[in-house]
Amino acid sequence: MSPRQTGANVARGGRQQLDVRGLLCPLPVIRTQERVESLSTGTLLDILATDPGVLQDIPAWCRVHGHGLVATARDDTCIRITIEVCET
Amino acid sequence: MKKAIALISGGLDSMLAAKVVQEQGVHVEGLNFYTGFCVEGHTHAIRKKRQVKPRRNNALWVAEQLGIKLHIIDVAEEYKDIVLNPKHGYGQNLNPCLDCKIFMVDRARTWGVAERDFDFIVTGEVIGQRPKSQRKETMPLIARESGADDLLLRPLCARNLAPTRPEREGWVDRDALYGFHGRNRKPQMALAESFGFSDYAQPAGGCCFLTDAQYASKLADLWDARGARDYELDDIMLLKVGRHIRPARHYKLIVGREEGENRYLEGYRNRFLHLRTAGFPGPLALIDGAPGPRDVTLAARILARYSRGRTLPRVDVSAHHVNGVVELLNVEPLPPTELPAAWHV
Ligand code: SF4
Repeated sequence: MSPRQTGANVARGGRQQLDVRGLLCPLPVIRTQERVESLSTGTLLDILATDPGVLQDIPAWCRVHGHGLVATARDDTCIRITIEVCET
Repeated sequence: MKKAIALISGGLDSMLAAKVVQEQGVHVEGLNFYTGFCVEGHTHAIRKKRQVKPRRNNALWVAEQLGIKLHIIDVAEEYKDIVLNPKHGYGQNLNPCLDCKIFMVDRARTWGVAERDFDFIVTGEVIGQRPKSQRKETMPLIARESGADDLLLRPLCARNLAPTRPEREGWVDRDALYGFHGRNRKPQMALAESFGFSDYAQPAGGCCFLTDAQYASKLADLWDARGARDYELDDIMLLKVGRHIRPARHYKLIVGREEGENRYLEGYRNRFLHLRTAGFPGPLALIDGAPGPRDVTLAARILARYSRGRTLPRVDVSAHHVNGVVELLNVEPLPPTELPAAWHV
């Protein structure tokens, strides 16, 4: 999947963070889904997680719901996935 | 366009059921429930590190294949009542399948039909597929007790059942539905092939840990030890991980079996008295319950038995208490002959 261009949207929807570290899949996906329901189009959401399953599951959830996957990064202790809330 | 909400487990039957209805021009969205006992994608973090193929969430995979939205709903808290007090009893292990199906259809009805604009509910049930919950007599019972009544369509076996409202009103064409029955999987596999589906999940036994004899015995042990049939989400997650050894009713050890499990158990170390071997790598053990000092020494000996120092005369073990106190113990690894099989939960 190619990352979407998000620059213009940051101002529109702002940026938020969701901490799901320590939760096992599918809970990170469920918490993401719950949070996204309350966010407006264009918001960027940084998801912090520890279960490597999110690397498959959150992109899959984004594809299914039409949200954008902006970036994924991983270090020894944490995974950070940034998604963009899109009109669905 | 009519709208259906389909229960999607991640297995083949619910995938086919949704597809059959979708093929008739109905707008379908999927609903998947997280009960805490799901086998689906539960333990990416616990699995062995070297696993070649990353574990996918099958329900999401199904949704992608079908091109439908999938709503995953956390029902873990309310599901407790189904596990603890099933009106229709348990299946072979602690699986309350009939109550579970009624609960899920009821939730689909509330979520989709009552609170949103879905017209009917779709499940992948097949008469005779499961001995307890999918019988000819249980089909109307599930429809009735869930409150879904004739808004519940089972496209894979509809032709063996009385016509439902979606069929009667022409929302779907009954002639294009199926009359599968019994445990033979060939018709489903042929239908999957006709849709071009391959690589679908085929869970053995059931869709959740409650059908697993070993898991069920660990849950029964937990209830017995606590003197109460209850659980928290952490309890049921921890039952999926590690070796559970109960030397006495008032405490048990949870010993990581491999790196992934140790890593997972690390996440709980601040909430439990935990033990680790000092001086060389070994498993992590959480102690659940209220052990006395002699119990802690025995637990350390058990842990040493599962460490690389098992053949050494003595091993150093650190016991980390929840109040932050760290106790250093020097123990003799417990010989296998002194670890009764009955202690293994
Ligand atoms: S196997 Fe588990 S999830 Fe499936 S119907 Fe039975 S109790 Fe429910």
